[in-house]
Amino acid sequence: MKYKSQAVAKPYFIAAIGLFFGQILFGVVLGLQYVVGDFLFPEIPFNVARMVHTNLLIVWLLFGFMGSAYYLVPEESETELHSPGLALLMFWVFLVAGALTVLGYLLVPYATLAEMTGNGLLPTMGREFLEQPTITKLGIVVVALAFLFNIGMTILKGRKTVVSLVLLIGLVGLAVFFLFSFYNPDNLVKDKYYWWWVVHLWVEGVWELILGSILAFVLIKTTGVDREVIEKWLYVIIAMSLITGIIGTGHHYYWIGAPEYWQWWGSIFSAMEPIPFFMMTVFAFNMVNRRRRNHPNQAAVLWALGTAVMAFLGAGVWGFMHTLAPINYYTHGTQITAAHGHMAFYGAYVMIVITMISYAMPMLRGRNAANSGKSQVVEMWSFWLMTVSMVFITLFLTAAGVLQTYIQRYTDDPQPFMVVQDKIEIFYWMREIAGVVFLIGLILYAMSFFVGGAEPEEA
Amino acid sequence: MDAPGLKALAVKNNYPPGDLAIWIFILAELLVFAAFFAAYAFTRAHHVELFNTYQRTLDTNAAMINTLALITSSYFVMRAVAAIREDRVKLCVRWTVAAILMGVLFIAIKSGEYAHHYANGVNLRTNTFYMFYLSLTFFHYMHVLMGMIILGAVAIKANNGSYSAREHTGVETGASYWHMVDIVWLVLFPLVYIMR
Repeated sequence: MKYKSQAVAKPYFIAAIGLFFGQILFGVVLGLQYVVGDFLFPEIPFNVARMVHTNLLIVWLLFGFMGSAYYLVPEESETELHSPGLALLMFWVFLVAGALTVLGYLLVPYATLAEMTGNGLLPTMGREFLEQPTITKLGIVVVALAFLFNIGMTILKGRKTVVSLVLLIGLVGLAVFFLFSFYNPDNLVKDKYYWWWVVHLWVEGVWELILGSILAFVLIKTTGVDREVIEKWLYVIIAMSLITGIIGTGHHYYWIGAPEYWQWWGSIFSAMEPIPFFMMTVFAFNMVNRRRRNHPNQAAVLWALGTAVMAFLGAGVWGFMHTLAPINYYTHGTQITAAHGHMAFYGAYVMIVITMISYAMPMLRGRNAANSGKSQVVEMWSFWLMTVSMVFITLFLTAAGVLQTYIQRYTDDPQPFMVVQDKIEIFYWMREIAGVVFLIGLILYAMSFFVGGAEPEEA
Repeated sequence: MDAPGLKALAVKNNYPPGDLAIWIFILAELLVFAAFFAAYAFTRAHHVELFNTYQRTLDTNAAMINTLALITSSYFVMRAVAAIREDRVKLCVRWTVAAILMGVLFIAIKSGEYAHHYANGVNLRTNTFYMFYLSLTFFHYMHVLMGMIILGAVAIKANNGSYSAREHTGVETGASYWHMVDIVWLVLFPLVYIMR
């Protein structure tokens, strides 16, 4: 750790891992509810479990992004963070607001929560992923503004690098597009249209900048390859992701009442969205092959390479599978979407946050560069357990989705939704088993932090 | 024609010219255009009458002038590369600026066409032909603007003395991108305006 103020990243990372646990626990509950419908009913109904599972994911990734920025920006800018105190204050504000929101989901009915939090004054609740009470959303805006101020001031007073500027653009974009969660028109078409400006333009737009810059940072640090080379790749990758990602929003506009030309625009541009992810894979492996040093933290390098591969598979290949309008006509909103969602979120965003945690945490905990060899072995086990089980979750959900699409929508004799759900039950069971293995991998990951031993030498 | 830079152009053998990253970008761009062209051809085959009818409403003369403007600009860009290979910095700047001016001409004429369509109430939803015509040409139009920005950056850097006969990757990078913009138009022009 080069700058004292980088230490504020630590609580963010710890909170991120803690909330990750919560997310996966609810995921396992949710997966069981697919086959045992009344499991934990009425205490935790399906819709609540789903809301907690997805909301916790977003919140912990945001914790991870903020922690990553607090670690990365001082080092890139070669100066202390503008205000470590503000960063810590915002940490507690965000954590308490997040905890209260989840407790609200769990303890009172959603409609009551809406009433309690004054949703009537400015109605924003009730939409998938944006279920948070309006006051929580306002809180997120305050935290985001304070965070951007802190990061922005640090970059302004210090060295300006491509990595930190790309990260800043991504973070500003994240904050700006979140504002569309406050726009809640009565017209259902318009509602969906702008809802995607948060959901899609986050994950297939500005978040990709955050992903690219964090990956570039870790690769610069662990491979010792010239910054110029890495920055050039970063430029090309983010230009491609923005062009394809922004116009690719059209793949959500096929059947919601938006003009027909979106079927062409959406199909063509989103069909190109795998390209930047593929370039990212080529880039990561290239840089590691051209490394000038063997960094002692091999676990972090593994996570970085894993991110590049799994993001390409999950976001790129599994996205492409159902992105063309004539195919999406049949697959829209089936388990194929769920399969894509799982692997894309894990491969792109979960793994990049863990990459950063894996790289930074040893230094944040007072080590020179890496955890002990034994600790890294445990961490690598957790990498393989989580990654392989996620591949299986994705494959089982894909099988479920293909079958569902066929029986429910494609045959001459289409069956009703619930009848089809019974027929694909076996895949839900197998997905649940894979989910439990994922949880074991996560437990192992947490345990790796407590495995001691001497630090390995740089080879 | 005895252009001083041409000999140097033939002698120097670096392939591909310019930065490798721009070539990855160019290939990706060509892939997007190829997908658009294929979609156009596929759809046209199903609506031949409609496409024939509305293709006639396009201004072929304007498009022809634009074709010449882009081909000329590509020649200018080539001369700029040839100039810098002989260390003639001022000349390189002048040819680059001349190419940008050809880009300005293209943009002006194309904007005039759009204004005409707009005045007639034509938009993306008018019919399938116009949807493709507007999408394709506008996507290309944005690329011309992007190319002009890149060439502008090259001209400024050249003027500041950043390039020489030894090191001028930036000039070649900008030139490669500009040629891509030109080539796409050379497919787009006959495909959308002429072929019936």
